[in-house]
Amino acid sequence: MSNPTITKTTPTLQPAVPRPRRRAPLVSSRSLTKVLVAALLIVVLYPLGWILAASFKTQDEFLNQPLWTLPAAIGPDNYLSALTQGNLATNAVNSLLVTIPSLALILLLGAAAGFALEVMVWRGRNPILLLIVGGIMVPAQIILLPLYTVYFKTGLTNSLWPLIITYVGHGLPLCVFLMATYFRSIPRELFEAATLDGGGIYRLFWSVGLPLVRNGIFTVALLMFFSIWNDLLIALTFNTKKELATVQVGLLNFSDEYGSLQYGPLFAAISLTIFGTLAIYMFINQRVMKGLTAGSVKG
Amino acid sequence: MNSVLGNKKAIVVLLGPALLVFVGVMVIPVVWSFAYSLYTGNVIRGFTFVGFDNFVRLFNDDEAHEAFFFTLKYSVVVTAAQIVLGYALALLYVFVLKKSSTFVRTMVFFPVVLPTVAVSLLFSRFFQFAPQEGPINSLLKFLGADTIDFMATGPGSFLVLVLMDLWRSQGFYAVLLYAGLIDIPDEILDSARVDGAKGGKLLRHIILPMSLPVLLSSVVFSFNSSLKVFDSVLALTRGGPGNDTTPLNLFMYKTSFLYSDYGYGSTIAILITVLCLVVTLFIFRSSRRDLTKD
Repeated sequence: MSNPTITKTTPTLQPAVPRPRRRAPLVSSRSLTKVLVAALLIVVLYPLGWILAASFKTQDEFLNQPLWTLPAAIGPDNYLSALTQGNLATNAVNSLLVTIPSLALILLLGAAAGFALEVMVWRGRNPILLLIVGGIMVPAQIILLPLYTVYFKTGLTNSLWPLIITYVGHGLPLCVFLMATYFRSIPRELFEAATLDGGGIYRLFWSVGLPLVRNGIFTVALLMFFSIWNDLLIALTFNTKKELATVQVGLLNFSDEYGSLQYGPLFAAISLTIFGTLAIYMFINQRVMKGLTAGSVKG
Repeated sequence: MNSVLGNKKAIVVLLGPALLVFVGVMVIPVVWSFAYSLYTGNVIRGFTFVGFDNFVRLFNDDEAHEAFFFTLKYSVVVTAAQIVLGYALALLYVFVLKKSSTFVRTMVFFPVVLPTVAVSLLFSRFFQFAPQEGPINSLLKFLGADTIDFMATGPGSFLVLVLMDLWRSQGFYAVLLYAGLIDIPDEILDSARVDGAKGGKLLRHIILPMSLPVLLSSVVFSFNSSLKVFDSVLALTRGGPGNDTTPLNLFMYKTSFLYSDYGYGSTIAILITVLCLVVTLFIFRSSRRDLTKD
């Protein structure tokens, strides 16, 4: 990048008097690309690095120095405060208690429904598939108020159940649609041959169908995990108690936990949520990639 | 064979639970919401039948109009920016970086998975004005410009909101469009190059038309999610200053849970749903006309 002008010139057949060339590049296109990519990466990564660095600052540093400066020392204080006094640990446990059962239910119910609607043969399966797939277009807003009424009347609002039930119901249409698509891509002969071998229908689903769409399940799981883990609207609507708040709700109301605004714990909470989610993403994504390559070797 | 794959009891066992949850959580509440829109009140106070009053009110409510037009403005700006930027990135991946694009692609994709609330809080600090200026204002100062209190004005808040949503989602649209571009057969590109198509010409006459389907679904996807914007607004601006950045979704939330008017809240929810459907159909329709013209 240091001397960009001479990297790409064609010395042969150069006329003695330089003719005005059309579109003479001031900088070679390769170094232009480098600059562009560097700028792109800075825009994407700088905010992340900044929040990480700032999360170690003391309150004094926050008040007396510009926000872009680096902290004098790195210590766990802000993080510990965010986890305990800021309730982030409780919130994370709640989020897990909601996300894992919801995810398991969505995948199990969705895969079973996808199997029944795509692999099994019966009248009326197409209209039902269409009805469920239509649910993908329904925004969460329109189901909130009736559901809140039901949860309130049945006293469920004091538990995490409203979240789990709503996530499962709202996530199912997309899951069923994707699972049906995955099952469709498997040759029918495979299932028909398996029935000839004398396997019952449940074995056919569990031991033949599910393993065949394993990669699809990983992909759907990744998709669903993040839509549930990062959801705010449903969690905020059905969470009436502070002890039941998920990470997103807790983070939204984070500063309420401290009398005067404490920057350190807030920055630590943001940073922990961001990098925690990133770590989960990288972990699951790696599993998905592993599943995909394992599948391709076998199949 | 068909007796196994047509096992009635198994169909009920496998499909039954999913169908039950779907009907209970989606179908019934949607119908119920339509019924709510004819009433006013809430769970605690009880409901009174008001006929179509809620719809009349929605039609004459200045606050609703403001929210409606903000939602449209936001969706148009964000969708346009997301698609243009995403397409530019996808072109960069496919035609400039080529095989070495994996690293950049992964990095730019990272923000997509991050929780909106955390990103909103990050951006509000990043653009902070007081008590300490954030990095952006420090940069402005360094460049000799005046510092700006972004969150104090409507346009300032809108700008930060749009920038944040771009930062958050550009990686997703880039990958989506990248998948469409990579599907264009090399032979077509090569023969076009042999015919003398280069740069802008190649883009306009070959690449753009060939990636139109995936561009279109990206537009539908982006517009649909922009119409439903909630998290980022609530966490970044809380709809303020005043009601300057309040979209329909937040307006519905406030009406339902702050003012406890379920009837009117349901009416706004119906408007959001209809808006999403209409926009999707409209984009698909208009695109089909264009395609036949070509």
